[in-house]
Amino acid sequence: MRTSFIETLCELAEKDERIWLLCGDLGFSVLECFISRFPKRFVNVGVAEQNMAGIAAGLAMSGKIVFTYSIANFPTLRCLEQIRNDICYHKANVKIVAVGGGFAYGAQGATHHGLEDLAILRTLPNMTVTAPADPVESKAITKLISELPGPCYLRLGKAGEPVVHQTKPDFTVGKMIPVKDGRDALIISTGGMLITALEAQKQTEAKGFSVGVWSSPWLKPFDNEGVMKAAERYPVIISLEEAQVTGGLGSAIASVVAGLKPRHCQVISLGVPDIFLEKAYCQQTARNQVGLDTASITKTIIDACQSK
Amino acid sequence: MVPTSQQLAKIIRSHALKMVHQANASHIGSCLSIADILAVLYNKILRVDSRRSDWPERDRFILSKGHAAAILYAVLAEKGFFPKEWLKDYCKDGALLTGHISHHVPGVEVSTGSLGHGLPIACGMALAAKRDGKPYRVFALLSDGELDEGSNWEAILFAGHHQLDNLTVIVDYNKIQSFGTVKDVLNLEPLAEKWKSFGWSVREINGHDFETIETTLGNLPFEQNRPSVVIAHTVKGKGISFMENKLEWHYKSPKDEQLKDALNELEKES
Repeated sequence: MRTSFIETLCELAEKDERIWLLCGDLGFSVLECFISRFPKRFVNVGVAEQNMAGIAAGLAMSGKIVFTYSIANFPTLRCLEQIRNDICYHKANVKIVAVGGGFAYGAQGATHHGLEDLAILRTLPNMTVTAPADPVESKAITKLISELPGPCYLRLGKAGEPVVHQTKPDFTVGKMIPVKDGRDALIISTGGMLITALEAQKQTEAKGFSVGVWSSPWLKPFDNEGVMKAAERYPVIISLEEAQVTGGLGSAIASVVAGLKPRHCQVISLGVPDIFLEKAYCQQTARNQVGLDTASITKTIIDACQSK
Repeated sequence: MVPTSQQLAKIIRSHALKMVHQANASHIGSCLSIADILAVLYNKILRVDSRRSDWPERDRFILSKGHAAAILYAVLAEKGFFPKEWLKDYCKDGALLTGHISHHVPGVEVSTGSLGHGLPIACGMALAAKRDGKPYRVFALLSDGELDEGSNWEAILFAGHHQLDNLTVIVDYNKIQSFGTVKDVLNLEPLAEKWKSFGWSVREINGHDFETIETTLGNLPFEQNRPSVVIAHTVKGKGISFMENKLEWHYKSPKDEQLKDALNELEKES
C-alpha cells in the first residue's frame, strides 16, 4: 500500500504543481522518488508533528495541496488539536497520511499500534477518513482524495500487502465496494482486514453458509445508504476493523442500523476490545490476541447464523 | 482625515473596553497591551487592502494570542474591513465576532484561541511565499505565556533553519500570564538569547513607543536569511491606570462605573 501510495502521489504531482509533501523525519526508502523529482515541493520538517500540521495548514492556506506523512499515531494523535483547529476548522487542503495502521508495527509495542485513529478522526467536522484494503484501493483513493478540496486522512498498512481486487472495482467517494455476494451474513471490513474477511468467507462456505463480503475504505463520508440496503438483505452484519472497536466502523454501521424501522438485522462489531497489547507480537499474532483471526471470525459468523 | 497611530490606538482601546464591558468578557488586559503595536501595524506597516481582504499579495497577520480578539476586531473595523456596528455584537448570541479571533471575519487570516498554533501556520505561509518567489510578508503576534507551548519552539527552530526572513514575530512581553507572572510560572529568560540561538534576528523595544515600533517594523528583515523577532516590552492593561500590571484584568470585565472611569482616562490622555 505504501508503495502504491507514493507512486500514485508522484504521478499526481507531475501533473499538479500544487501538490506538496511534508514528512516528520520518516519515510526512508519510501519518499526518495518524490524528493528527487520535486525537491521544491518537499520538506522534512523534522521530528515535530505539531509544527508539521501547522505548516501544512499554512501552505494549504497559500494554495497548496499538502500531504503530511509519518507513521502510526505520530501524524494524527500527536497533533490532534492542530488537525482540529488549523486544518479542519479552516477546511485546509491537507491530506494526512499514516503508514503502519493497526498492528502493522505489532512487535514494536503499544506506542506503535495505530488503533484509535479511525474513531477519533471520524469525529472531526470537515474531515474525510479512509483506510484502503490493498494496493488497488490505495492507488485509487490517493487519487480521489487529492481531488477532494479539504482535509483527508489516509490510513495505510505497510508495504508488500497482497492485491485483493483482481479487477479494478468502481471507486466512488463514500461508497462501499461489494466484493462477494452472500445470503446468511455480510462481512463489512475496513483497511487491511479485507483479506481476512475473504478467508473467513471461504471457511464458512465450506461449512455450508453463504456469506457476503464488502470493503469499506471510507469511514467518512460513510455509506449509510449501503448499510441500509445491506440491513434489508442480510440478517447479520459483521464489521471487521484493525482498530479500537469503540467509535470506528462497527459503531458507524450500528448507528445506521439502530435507526432503521422495522429492524431485523443483527450487528456484530469485531475490533480491538478497549485494550493495549503489552508484549511484542507480529501483526498476525496481535490480531489473534484480539480475536481478529480467521478462525475466531469464522466461529463468530457461524454462531450468529445458527442462532437466527 | 486618517488618524495617527496614537489616535488609532486610543480609538481601538475605547472600542475594546466597550466591547468587553457589554459582553462581560475577559482579556481586556491582554488587548490593551497590544493596542499600540496593532495601531502601528495597521496604520503603517501591513500591506493589506480592506476592500480585498483575500488579495493574494497581501501581507499576512496572525494573532496567535487569539484571546485578545476584541482589539484586533476593533482595528479591522476602524480600517474598514467590516462595519464598525458589528463591534457592538462582540460575543453576543449568533454574532460573527466570537470571543476568540475568528477567520470568518473579514481581515482575519486564522482562527486561534488555543495557544501555540499561530506560528507554525505562519511558517507554512512564509515558506510558500519563499518557494513561490512571492513578495508578501508574514507577521505573527504571540503572547509571552504562549511561549510555554512546545509547538512554538518547533516552529522557531524550523523558521531559523529555513531562513524565513519574510517572517516576523512580535512577542507581547507584558510579563503576566494567566495565573501568575511569567517569571514565577515558567521563566522565559534569557528570552532574546533563546531566539538568537535558534537563528533569529532579535530586537527588544518598548512596545508602547510609537516611533520605535514604526522604525523597528519599518526595517524588515533585520538581517538577510534570518527570521525577525521583536520582543516588545509591554504593560498588561496599558493606558488604564487601574488595570495596568494587574493579573485580575486577564479575567475581569469592567463594571459600568469602571468603564466610565476608563473612558474618561483615555479621553484625558494627550
